[in-house]
Amino acid sequence: MTQILFKNINAKDLHTLKVYEEQGGYQSLKKAFARKPEEIIEMVKASGLRGRGGAGFPAGLKWSFLAKNVFPRYLCCNADESEPGTCKDRELLLKNPHMLIEGMILCSYACQIETGYIYMRGEFHDLSFIMDKALEEAHAKGYLGKNILGSGFNLDIHTHLGAGAYICGEESALLNSLEGGRGEPRMKPPFPAVEGLYAKPTVINNVETLCVVPYIVNEGAEKYAALGTEKSKGTKLVSVSGHVKKPGNYEVVLGTPTREIIYDLAGGIRDGNKLKAFIPGGSSTPMLPADKVDVGYDYEAIAEAGSMLGSGALIVIDDSVNIVETTLRLISFYMHESCGKCTPCREGTRWLYQIVERIMQNKGQLEYIDKLEDICGNMAMKTFCPLADACVSPVVSSIKHFRSDYEEYFKKIPVSSV
Amino acid sequence: MSGFIFSEKQEKEVARIIAKYPFKKSAMLPLLTLVQRDERVVSPDAMVAISKKLDCSPAYVQSVMSFYTMYHTEKVGKYMILFCINISCQLNGCDKLLEHTAKKLGIKVGETTGDEKFTLHREECLADCTRAPMMRVNDTYYGDLTEQRIDQVLDSLD
Repeated sequence: MTQILFKNINAKDLHTLKVYEEQGGYQSLKKAFARKPEEIIEMVKASGLRGRGGAGFPAGLKWSFLAKNVFPRYLCCNADESEPGTCKDRELLLKNPHMLIEGMILCSYACQIETGYIYMRGEFHDLSFIMDKALEEAHAKGYLGKNILGSGFNLDIHTHLGAGAYICGEESALLNSLEGGRGEPRMKPPFPAVEGLYAKPTVINNVETLCVVPYIVNEGAEKYAALGTEKSKGTKLVSVSGHVKKPGNYEVVLGTPTREIIYDLAGGIRDGNKLKAFIPGGSSTPMLPADKVDVGYDYEAIAEAGSMLGSGALIVIDDSVNIVETTLRLISFYMHESCGKCTPCREGTRWLYQIVERIMQNKGQLEYIDKLEDICGNMAMKTFCPLADACVSPVVSSIKHFRSDYEEYFKKIPVSSV
Repeated sequence: MSGFIFSEKQEKEVARIIAKYPFKKSAMLPLLTLVQRDERVVSPDAMVAISKKLDCSPAYVQSVMSFYTMYHTEKVGKYMILFCINISCQLNGCDKLLEHTAKKLGIKVGETTGDEKFTLHREECLADCTRAPMMRVNDTYYGDLTEQRIDQVLDSLD
């Protein structure tokens, strides 16, 4: 099995510069500096690498959108990993911080950026110490700072901690938060590539995306592009959690059947139960029923099956669960995390919560399902950012695939009023 | 007059943080975090002190602070327990374990023990889903929780 990001992930002390260099770390810098910055962008374009944070936008294309001849420019690494089910970036940051730094140096060189920030969620305070230490080591070795390896290129990278807000993983909210404000999303356009941090051209990429770049520079775009499917190139980290025997982060070549990930890598469903549903790409992506388990784990195949690859968090649910319970928990999350800026999201998440809660108290009526779908229709695509859409996705998909789970509650006698 | 004064050690840290950014307002969250970690609360006086460092109004500091869940206007315990209740942990039985933890500490979720040692909060996903159910106590993540494991962890803290 091809391993790029997790190749040496469990090597002892990989987080130190010494071990990282022994494993071939930072070799890509000289190769990159021997080329022109725009050649690196072309390489990343040719590799087919797509953003691993959720949206799957081609990384090289994103870099090429930076407003021409406007400086300074900034790089923000999105390490706000908060999508329920997702914990792959945490493993990279914890065990291999230098890989991210190397990727950020390459991206910065390609985009002519001299300042980078790593925006980590506040709960990753422990990881910020590891990252600060790694940045210090890289600086002392001359990989960061002025005139890196005699190339004339300068770069400083700093860590920055959030403080508990899921919405700051949305790129424009992240920028507002990094500027010292409330993490509310911005109207787009302008996109960050034109007006981002401090209203300057800004690249925002997920941790995993940036960690892939050293491989592309070292091994060549063709080698990366040879992996995966026609439009989904390379490998993807998948966080498998829920009712599996061996939950964990696994690196798979895009296009691997989901069945293999659940049953071979993660050991299958535990306690002798059967697979009922799976959420392929984190809580914001629609859930799929068990009969879709042969879907290829890539952007296109999952979209065709009616969901999204998202951040690569595969949440596995067995047949001991009533899906309505799971759905209510997810709605509760989005209700809590709605920043309150847009009315459809602020009010809609709460209404969905109240209605599903009533259903679970056996006080619902069949018409409630129509009401839920009606509210969802008034939330999706009607807000500044996709948080409302994310809340809609478990509701609509659970009704579509597991309507009978809702109907079970209508048959029972109401729970006495609470 | 503000009743909150940055200590000498904190002043050094404040200067180091502000130097990371071309505009000092970017230091807002890091300064709030610094105060929260040292004082276990961000008091109105501390908001005034931060506003002076960043050349903005205390009201602006409060507005930003109120957006984020990791800052507290009431002092929290020496150990802050964030107990994840999101989907992967739910599927792995976190609700019963949270109940157990509250019962063990003799408080309700959201409260602080009388001796100010523990605060227990229900928390959304903390990004350690492959070790669910999990909790975070101050900076440390604890995964694969059971009642015994929780007891062991909490009993080991002094």
